[in-house]
Amino acid sequence: MTDLIVGILALLGTLFVFFAALGMVRMTDTYLRISVTTKAATLGIGLLLVAAAVHSNELALTAKVFAIILFLLLTAPVSAHLVGRTSYFSGVKLWKKSVMDDMEGKYNPETEELASGLENQTKSSDSKKDPKD
Amino acid sequence: MTLLDFIYYFVLPVLSISIILIFIRFLMGPKMVDRVIALDLIVTTGIGFISAYSILYNQPTLLDVAMILALIAFLGTIAFTYYIQQKNKP
Repeated sequence: MTDLIVGILALLGTLFVFFAALGMVRMTDTYLRISVTTKAATLGIGLLLVAAAVHSNELALTAKVFAIILFLLLTAPVSAHLVGRTSYFSGVKLWKKSVMDDMEGKYNPETEELASGLENQTKSSDSKKDPKD
Repeated sequence: MTLLDFIYYFVLPVLSISIILIFIRFLMGPKMVDRVIALDLIVTTGIGFISAYSILYNQPTLLDVAMILALIAFLGTIAFTYYIQQKNKP
């Protein structure tokens, strides 16, 4: 019974890692590749680690595995955000079929400072009030 | 088919194929950032390799190495992005 659970967990984890690698080759854009690295690979590695914990059936090893999973879940979004910010500021183009670019015109390319966005909020609230009047 | 056969004949080959695919992107990558992402994903797949080996040879001590690898992958990504950002500044 334990072998069956371990096998299913390892199968799912391996498939998720394989799909992440496939997306790494097939995706057309740097930002799409960052999303692949963050989500699918983290889920696959987490499932493989949980399979190792179920197989060994010890408390110390389970604690170690959950520490690794917690560390991966903490660091994956941080590194993905840093890589995305760096690639946007260094001028990596979006895919030509991408629909929207929210950052466009909202940052200073020389000092790399973001606009706060407050002035846009007041404008949008004004435009919302106008049709009611 | 026992569990060890399944890991030996399915999990390890598929992980190897995925590392080869990521390495293709590492060679192709048009920008520096793509190579950084590919390197991060290769190290993360290595953690999966280590956990599969710890099931296969029944040695849970190998997972210590997985923890250290997770740390080093994060630090490497942070350092690479920091230096790419510094390079772009005038």
